[in-house]
Amino acid sequence: MSALAEPVREESRLRSMVDFYGTTIRTAIQSEFQYRAATYMYMLGMVAEPVIYLVVWSTIARSHGGTVAGLTPGDFAAYYIVWTLVRNMNIVFTPYGWEWRIREGQFSGLLLRPLHPIHYDIANFAGGKVVWVLFYLPIAAGLSIAFKPTLHVSALEVVVFLVAIWGAYLIRTMALWLLGLVTFWTTRASAIFETYMMAELLLSGRLVPLKLMPGWAQSLAAWLPFKWTFYFPIEALVGNLSTASLLGGLGMQLLWTSVGGALVWVCFRASVKHYTAVGN
Amino acid sequence: MRPFRVGWLFFRVGAMNELQYRANFFVQLFKSVLALGVALVVLRLVYSHTAELNGWSESELLIVLGIQLVMGGIVHTAIQPNMQRLVEEVQDGKLDYALTKPEDAQVIVSVREVQIWQLVDVISGGIVIAVGVAGLSHGVGAGDVLAFAGLLLLGAVLIYCFWLIISTGAFWIIRMWFIAELFEGIFATGRWPIGIYPGWLKYSLTYLVPIGFAITVPAEAVTSRLQWTTVVVAVGFAAGLFAFTRWFWRFGLRRYSGASA
Repeated sequence: MSALAEPVREESRLRSMVDFYGTTIRTAIQSEFQYRAATYMYMLGMVAEPVIYLVVWSTIARSHGGTVAGLTPGDFAAYYIVWTLVRNMNIVFTPYGWEWRIREGQFSGLLLRPLHPIHYDIANFAGGKVVWVLFYLPIAAGLSIAFKPTLHVSALEVVVFLVAIWGAYLIRTMALWLLGLVTFWTTRASAIFETYMMAELLLSGRLVPLKLMPGWAQSLAAWLPFKWTFYFPIEALVGNLSTASLLGGLGMQLLWTSVGGALVWVCFRASVKHYTAVGN
Repeated sequence: MRPFRVGWLFFRVGAMNELQYRANFFVQLFKSVLALGVALVVLRLVYSHTAELNGWSESELLIVLGIQLVMGGIVHTAIQPNMQRLVEEVQDGKLDYALTKPEDAQVIVSVREVQIWQLVDVISGGIVIAVGVAGLSHGVGAGDVLAFAGLLLLGAVLIYCFWLIISTGAFWIIRMWFIAELFEGIFATGRWPIGIYPGWLKYSLTYLVPIGFAITVPAEAVTSRLQWTTVVVAVGFAAGLFAFTRWFWRFGLRRYSGASA
């Protein structure tokens, strides 16, 4: 009997998964739209970071005859304006939020569902992205008027970029989920989070285009997942990557997503045994 | 003097509370060292590509960084926790408890919380300033130090005013979960002398958000860049902003109806 029932079940599982993602994404879009003022204020704080980097490096470029490490102020402007779009895309459920999740008993509810809880986070934040990116576009236009980026893109670059921002989103989701799982084991996980954030800041291209980093740091970054969540998607659009590096980069993203996904799967099973609910 | 006595009392109670959780000191120390490490790496990176940034040498920028750390430590110890509590209480309608106390409401909401472990940043910032000063080619006179201390105090007052003004916004907007991120983002601009920003941003960061007065101006005092006119403008601006903050707070308070009432 089971041999007969199996294919039907698989199919309905896929359908209910698609349905789940669709519904969660739609709900997230609607709820994000409700708090427009708050979202804009949050973005204003977020945009400060790339603007600071942009101003500092443009100042240096200008005082050195127009370029630093081959980059002009216009290149920096393009880099950091696209940076913010990528940043919007790769904000995911924060590891700091896990403490709240556990403390408030929120996680117990997610555990009761017949679905791995990571699906909810992926779908929920994916829906938020649609709204955030939409809200960011006027800010990007304003920044472009103020800082005059130089940007030449090909069709392939645009396509790769559009895929790569979702790759970046998935890699970062896996990475921060793994970090979040640490809270199942200790209540003082924030020191670990901060260490991760520091490594990410320096080795992902978040702080500066990796070109500006010393050679050894660039080689180190090549072995780590960070650059595939910031540097690669940005460079895919603003840099002049060859077709091979563009497609190879997507391959690397797929690799890191799979590695992250496998680790989440294994670590979650081990961690959830440690889970004790607190609260109501 | 009464506001200061009330403030001191709350500070002592808050400190005793925090002293129960000593392990938090080490967590905070670790975070501060990490943040300082990153900031120093960034500075080194910048100065590996250039000898000066808009006329500021590496030692001078160390002083700016140190002042930003000190100011951040003050904000996180005594200002931000109070303002975030204020915003939360407006949202939950719990502000009634503060308003019914027989003391000025603005004083009460400004002194209730203190997170002493954040003072680690004041110390590490002080060390960074000292290292920066030691690397200066010219000396720093007693007058400069006095001006520096005074301007730092003035800067803290300005940032307090700025925080209270945006927190008062909670009387209208209610949901203000973004407030800390907004402040941190803007505050990070103070790590660099505001002269490097384009005109529109420079003036916003001076008068709209008083980061320039709070951080760059004290740094100018130590690096012999300070002009008398700047001091006069800073003092006048602080007095004006303080008066406006007081008025705006009372104006916002009138809108508060309380959720429990």
